[in-house]
Amino acid sequence: MFMKRFKYNFKEQTNAAPLAIFRLFFGLMMFASIVRFWANGWIEKLYLLPKFHFSYYGFSWVKPIGDYTYLLFIICGASAIFVAIGYKYRIAIITFFLSFLYIELMDKTTYLNHYYFISIISFLLIFLPANAYFSLDAFVQKKQYKLIPKWTIDSIKLMLVIIYLTAGFVKLNSDWLFRAMPLKIWLPSKYDLPFIGENLMQQNWFHFAMSWSGMLYDLVIPFLLLYKRTRFVAFLFVVFFHVFTKVLFPIGMFPYIMIVSALIFFDATLHNKIINFIKKYITKSKKNLLIEPNFYFSKLKSKVILSLFAVFFAIQMLLPWRSLLYPGELFWTEEGYRFSWRVMLMEKAGSTNFKIVNLNSGASFRVNNTDFLTSFQEKQMSYQPDFILEYAHFLGDHFTKQGHKNVGVFATSYVALNGRLSTRFINEKVDLYQQKVSFAHKKWILPFQSKIKIKGI
Amino acid sequence: MFRRFLLLFVSIITIYACSSSEEIAPIIADSFDRNALLENIADNIIIPAYEDFSGKMSALKSAGDSFSAAPNQTNLEALRASWFVAYKTWQHIEMFDIGKAEELQFKFYMNIYPVTVSDIEDNIANGSYDLDNVNNQDAQGFPALDYLIYGLADSDAAILEKYTTAENNDNYKNYLIAILNQMNTLTTSVVSDFKVQRNDFVISGDNTATSSVNKLINDYIFYYEKGLRANKFGIPAGIFSSTPLPGKVEGQYKNDVSRELALEALTAVQNMFEGKHYNASTTGASYKSYLIKLDRADIADVTASQFNTAATQIQTLTPSFAAQINTDNTAMTKAYDELQKAVVLLKVDMLQAFNVSIDYVDADGD
Repeated sequence: MFMKRFKYNFKEQTNAAPLAIFRLFFGLMMFASIVRFWANGWIEKLYLLPKFHFSYYGFSWVKPIGDYTYLLFIICGASAIFVAIGYKYRIAIITFFLSFLYIELMDKTTYLNHYYFISIISFLLIFLPANAYFSLDAFVQKKQYKLIPKWTIDSIKLMLVIIYLTAGFVKLNSDWLFRAMPLKIWLPSKYDLPFIGENLMQQNWFHFAMSWSGMLYDLVIPFLLLYKRTRFVAFLFVVFFHVFTKVLFPIGMFPYIMIVSALIFFDATLHNKIINFIKKYITKSKKNLLIEPNFYFSKLKSKVILSLFAVFFAIQMLLPWRSLLYPGELFWTEEGYRFSWRVMLMEKAGSTNFKIVNLNSGASFRVNNTDFLTSFQEKQMSYQPDFILEYAHFLGDHFTKQGHKNVGVFATSYVALNGRLSTRFINEKVDLYQQKVSFAHKKWILPFQSKIKIKGI
Repeated sequence: MFRRFLLLFVSIITIYACSSSEEIAPIIADSFDRNALLENIADNIIIPAYEDFSGKMSALKSAGDSFSAAPNQTNLEALRASWFVAYKTWQHIEMFDIGKAEELQFKFYMNIYPVTVSDIEDNIANGSYDLDNVNNQDAQGFPALDYLIYGLADSDAAILEKYTTAENNDNYKNYLIAILNQMNTLTTSVVSDFKVQRNDFVISGDNTATSSVNKLINDYIFYYEKGLRANKFGIPAGIFSSTPLPGKVEGQYKNDVSRELALEALTAVQNMFEGKHYNASTTGASYKSYLIKLDRADIADVTASQFNTAATQIQTLTPSFAAQINTDNTAMTKAYDELQKAVVLLKVDMLQAFNVSIDYVDADGD
């Protein structure tokens, strides 16, 4: 009996409308994100102006491509539109996935969890029959499918559940729960919000209430969305929570993307209403398509996709916890911090300066970071060890090329974390130019020394 | 079922919120009054300092006029004294890169050093120049005056000759007057404009990239890091170059004033931090009191004491930084290191506590 409840029927079919609507909204959101990114001048500011780019390990060959970077964004934006309308869907979503991934890999300074979210969702979408229903592809082929395998829609739900739960679990730490950090730093600085800025935002109890309810929200919302009787109220929570974070923090399109994504949890009645609305008022299409009842993958195809998904989801569940393999304080070393849904957990800032030393003569000079980095890059570099190491290597190569001999690169670095006083971050005596870039533990990061330890996950 | 769930959800939040606020007494009862901070800085620091400087600047200009009318030793001494008095006061206002001062690039026309001697000499020889041109920023202001009244020749007699018997002595006199006029005009414009804009300045206390309070904090830290730490200490001490560059000290032709000017600048930075009224001992709302209000007295204390440590180290240096660098540069770099420690406290700790963005890149966060 118990086992039966957890037995999953991979043969079950379900209405295709939720996936079609997800495809439509996801595509539109992505297009809007690209347009907004361009309109804000960020392509130039973040990818064209910097002289140096921070790369992900193994992806240093992915770099902005001069003025063609604009073309890349055009391709990415156009493919998003194709995804939305479901035209040449498979090619469109693959193009979108690859171009978006390329953009993200160009410079890790701009890393955001929500860009990672978009990458993995668009990866999943490559394999899903999101154009089976209510798409231009169906229109052209004059044939659409009413039912698709249920696991295709469930895979997106599963991804969202993993994200929410992981984001909730990682909030179970003493800084978040018992010091209300970093909200205690961020919320009071919103003093200029109308109505709540001067009072609510300044209250100690409010900082704690926000921390705790944020944690509970992440841990509970997936279940409230999955359970039919709580679904509607859960969705109201989703809307309220994301709109509220949008008001408080500069998080761009992300709240809207999450709100729209949560629609996938509803059953098809809602999505069919949306589709009928669009047909009636926007496309005004009266053409009746031949409706095939069932969309099936071939046996082989479904086997391949399902095994791929099994591996993919195993990785998704394990990757956020890789930080457990590293010694030391995660928030301090950030080894295994990225790609783990640790969102808004830290207010961290640093000051890191480099000394170029002639190892033979001992003569030295200091580097002016603004000669090589934009202020945004310098800010990110100053407290993230992998940035510091990559930049140190860049400096070493640069000055060796300039004719300096026996170059050693040393960093003087101070970092402050979640309202603690700044302390030394990098061992000043270690020549970073000699340290290899790898996933191994970085021994030259000084241990986290604050008396206020961080306990928990 | 659902109602019970909701009830549970709400009651958990309420219980936790209440119990936690009982455990830890409310730290921030009310928000800090940033308008009071701006008011104190505008009315008790910026405006009095601007007025004082403005007066000393016009005194300097008159001394220049008298010298130009009668270039003799007495008038030269008077001009030099007036130059130094104004230069010291200048150290109190260079950090205010706001309003008209920012628009006109006031500090670049007043205090770029070292000057490019060939630019000055070319301008003098040609007899025509456009001092508003950015290419002439390193040929005017206090450093150019330093050159014109101390650096033209080895002896006072030889310097006076340039203004009296030299073939193009008129050009020298004209250039001196032109520079002084330029400085005085810019000063008058900056000072009067700030007084007009004072009310707008004081009410702009929002947390946005363009608000007075954010700009003031950013400018303050930028000045400390660049104008004080790098320009007065780091660059001449060779921190950023392979060899020391003693020719890049402030007031290099007068030579024995770089320490006094630097200490004056540090005092101005300290006064600003503590909200100390200009030329008085009363204090008002300041970065320090803001930190204390945010329950970060730890940062306020460490920063204040780090400023003192730096000042003590600077006092051990010789009055001429150039001489200090040539004889014992390690003492100079030690002073730089102490100043640098305060950069970390201001830029990392204080900015984090205020949650003011350090740059104006408005990229998204998570």
